[in-house]
Amino acid sequence: MPVITMREAIDQAIREEMHRQPELVLLGQDIGAYGGTFGVYRGLFEEFGPERVRDGPLCESATVGFGIGLAISGVRAVVEVEFMDFTTFAMDQIVNQAAKMHYFTGGQLTVPLVIRTPIVSRMGMGPQHSQSLEAWFMHVPGLKIAIPSNAYDAKGLLKTALRDPNPVLFIENVRLYGAKTEVPESDYCIPLGQARVLRSGSDVTLVAISAAVPEGLAAAEELEQEGIAVEVIDPRSLNPFDTATLADSLRKTGRMVITHDACRTCGVAAEISQRMMEEAFDYLNAPITRITGLDVPTPSGYLHSTVVPDKSRIADAIRSLMN
Amino acid sequence: MIATTDRTLNSLLGLYNQMVMIRAFEESAIELFAKGLITGSTHPCIGQEAIPVGACSALDPNDLVLATYRGHGAAIAKGSPPKYLMAELLTRTTGCCKGRGGSMHLCDKERGLLGTNAIVAAHIPIAGGVALSSRLRKSRQVVLCFFGDGASCEGEFFETLNMSALWKLPLVFICENNGYAISVPTSKSQATPDIADRARGFGIPAISIDGNDLLEVQARTATAVAHARRGDGPFMIECKTVRWERHSAFSAGRYDNPDEAQRWRKVDPIPRFAKKLLVMGAPPEQLSAEEAAARATIQEAVDFALNSPLPTPESVSEGIYADHGT
Repeated sequence: MPVITMREAIDQAIREEMHRQPELVLLGQDIGAYGGTFGVYRGLFEEFGPERVRDGPLCESATVGFGIGLAISGVRAVVEVEFMDFTTFAMDQIVNQAAKMHYFTGGQLTVPLVIRTPIVSRMGMGPQHSQSLEAWFMHVPGLKIAIPSNAYDAKGLLKTALRDPNPVLFIENVRLYGAKTEVPESDYCIPLGQARVLRSGSDVTLVAISAAVPEGLAAAEELEQEGIAVEVIDPRSLNPFDTATLADSLRKTGRMVITHDACRTCGVAAEISQRMMEEAFDYLNAPITRITGLDVPTPSGYLHSTVVPDKSRIADAIRSLMN
Repeated sequence: MIATTDRTLNSLLGLYNQMVMIRAFEESAIELFAKGLITGSTHPCIGQEAIPVGACSALDPNDLVLATYRGHGAAIAKGSPPKYLMAELLTRTTGCCKGRGGSMHLCDKERGLLGTNAIVAAHIPIAGGVALSSRLRKSRQVVLCFFGDGASCEGEFFETLNMSALWKLPLVFICENNGYAISVPTSKSQATPDIADRARGFGIPAISIDGNDLLEVQARTATAVAHARRGDGPFMIECKTVRWERHSAFSAGRYDNPDEAQRWRKVDPIPRFAKKLLVMGAPPEQLSAEEAAARATIQEAVDFALNSPLPTPESVSEGIYADHGT
């Protein structure tokens, strides 16, 4: 099986779906010959031309609005928003329009739109180019959210998103673009709402999201040497959310640590923690622990690495939980 | 109007009927709101009826319309049956949006109304996307996008002017400039008197017209639609009009100048059009008959809505997501 990067896997999923769905259109800034800010689109412009791989002006709000307009009138669209921080420009279109339109039109309009955007954490790009804002969107009914952590999942989830009749926010991570896994060349879809157990263990459940996944896996490996068996689970999608797989694991281990790069307050970890209390409170041997980004704006340069959790912070948290 | 000589009187009487229907629809909406039967709010377009009726009469049936929360007139003018619209205002299950949207969210996909929208200017780029879709699907549909003077101050308006001009999209911008926000007159919110100037800045042909003259709106829209359908790109028509009522039934109703209401009634588009019809030879009794028929249609719509069931509480979480295959 070919081993490819997450960047290549995303490109592959889109290329395959553009062949499969002749109406599928890509919108964004610098996505044409340049291939997107982070070079995810390779050769799509050359292969499908400027009508379908459509470079547009720098206006996130109207770009997403155009995507919605295409989607409600029979043309599925993929909009790339260059940095997740820039979704702030398009919040009305995402939150008030795309997410609610099917509902408030009594089902007359559907919005088959994928909004791709990367988190650019751990790059030192400063307070306006480093945020993990996934929790904001998880708060909005009507919006599906995928957040893969590796190439295999990215391709399978994106193919699902590209066949879904609903708006899907597809959250990538620049930090993960270059990481390789085995990815089948065949057509496969991973349903939204199915968490993946990346590593089995009986002592503690570690739930990790996006770029926190490789950190969590590294921590689990280190702890194995110390005799602590960590079960690592990647939810992979935030809406729908696979509460059951996490709760099952918690019932087995009795302990849970949740880690993500996003800020602590009202982060996804808080929601997961509450769901676990509702589902498996009686099985808890210790309080659920959050290892998250700090509640600070991410500074540029040197200090940025102090903000997001790394392998050692995660491992320390698990050690103290075991004592 | 020279442009009207080749039109049959009957079709013009049909437009008269539509204007009266809209007037009666809005009067009923205000009344139902006062009785507590319409909740939330409702935004009447009384005094502005000539714009949706004139503009939509210049469209082909397949053309598409997006409009604002003050969009009851646009929905009726696009041919959406008033009874389903009124049922929607009363959030009944028989409403065009199953009672989920209410007054500000009307939609009739079958008749080409791709929604009225409650966020000022948000539907403008969506209309741009629909116009791009028309191009990509080679459907030759023209998209008409109604918006108000308030929306012309929002960034998305400018973003869409740029994109639609850049891509030469079949999009006709119809500005319903009624002179007021909730309370602030456009003289205090707009840097220039003509909103059409903004479109010209993007190379889009644009005109400012008397929006209370139905035949003028119709003729100018026909030109704009032909321009867009030919592939010559977007066009903008700024229709100057007046809003008689307060911003919404929920708002307080104070304006700068209390005498304005008197002035507004003098430019009421309905009697103005009636006068023209009489000059063109329409029998007065036929005008009365159209009025009676229009008002009867709206009364039937109100009765239909009031006799329709409210949605059940259990249904509130249905229809958030579309199923595959829809």
